[in-house]
Amino acid sequence: MDLQNHFDVIVIGGGAAGLTAGIYLSRAKMKTLILNEGTVGGQMVLTHEIANYPGIESISGYELARNMKSQAQKFGCVIKSNIKITQFDLAGDVKKITVNNKDTYTSNAVIIATGGRSRTIGAIGEDEFKGKGISYCATCDGDFFQDKEIIVVGGGNSALEEAVSLTKYASKVTIVHQFDHFQAFQHYVEEAKAHPKIDFIMESKIIEFIGNEKLERVKIQNQRTNEITEMNIDGVFIFIGYVPNTEKLKGIVELNQWNEIIVDKNMATNIPGVFAAGDSIAKRFRQVTTAVADGTIAALAASEYVNNLKKELSPAEV
Amino acid sequence: MLRTNLTHVLSEQEHAKLLQENENVMICCGRMGPMCIPVYETMEELENEYKHVKFADMEFDIPDARVIRNLPECRTFQGLPFVVYYKNGKVVKATSSIQSREQITEILDQYFGKN
Repeated sequence: MDLQNHFDVIVIGGGAAGLTAGIYLSRAKMKTLILNEGTVGGQMVLTHEIANYPGIESISGYELARNMKSQAQKFGCVIKSNIKITQFDLAGDVKKITVNNKDTYTSNAVIIATGGRSRTIGAIGEDEFKGKGISYCATCDGDFFQDKEIIVVGGGNSALEEAVSLTKYASKVTIVHQFDHFQAFQHYVEEAKAHPKIDFIMESKIIEFIGNEKLERVKIQNQRTNEITEMNIDGVFIFIGYVPNTEKLKGIVELNQWNEIIVDKNMATNIPGVFAAGDSIAKRFRQVTTAVADGTIAALAASEYVNNLKKELSPAEV
Repeated sequence: MLRTNLTHVLSEQEHAKLLQENENVMICCGRMGPMCIPVYETMEELENEYKHVKFADMEFDIPDARVIRNLPECRTFQGLPFVVYYKNGKVVKATSSIQSREQITEILDQYFGKN
């Protein structure tokens, strides 16, 4: 075993859950590696302002992520980001993870904190017009649509809240939602329904984005009648929830029907020594605070697992 | 000024000087927002791998950022950040909105050669 590449615990993912696990593990003198496929901070950095993190009145997601990263590194946690994990071997006492098809890291325990990502519609033209009429961030791109007509896709809290927020710029906002009712909290729905600039197209989906150099119109299909209509539009903002980043874990750890990782109260998966935390696990509420809590529990449980394993095995086997 | 570890382009003059002094240049013009930060972070990491490329940022809202905002290649852009790739002072590629590391390295490899 290459001791330089062997860790007590490897954490996969560098969002709120992964960084918290890194802080707890490193502070407990566990040799810890965080392997992160994207940007450190995960979904947290996509949040302009976090105003409900206890003890901090207001902070940007970017700042909070940087603070967590720095805190983990100060305790000795090694962080490798923007890598690509190409192979998992999680069975057995020694877990093996291969990155970029060349480097292999081993550990006694693994915490999976791969998080989630914004769901896309998957309609024709969606990739082509990203940044040219299609956006996933109202605060980033809202001001490009001053006095323009836009669509907001979705029916959850984010969609309704951002639709109201986008009326600061847009002359008209049409909310397109696939169901006949909204999933958002009632006060968001009432605010949107009362707004003079907001219209609704219910039970409908965008099936195609059309334009030349930028988005010009969309095809919308009614889900009940299958009728397809075209609508001229300047921009479309998409807020249709998140999907867990667990594609590579299918067949390796137990997932539910939504591809979320199934864990017990100690964040343990079905594989001994493999824990999971944050937005990739099966749970109802996804917040920075809940990810931090998951990461803490997973780290403490993983520490206990590794300590027990070390007691059972001879030094050469650990 | 953007809170990154990249070279900051603060004026039209600095922009011109950067292009004059470097054959291969990538400039990310944005804000400290969710779509821009991942691009800055990727660029910070790539600085060590692509020594033959100069990586820089420019704040989207300063008046001098018109050198990027008003480029013909960016006229249809409606998503931050605007990322522009220059070779010998000429625009060879421009992208709008967030890009992954894979998308960025593909462009770098295509226009500036592999690291």
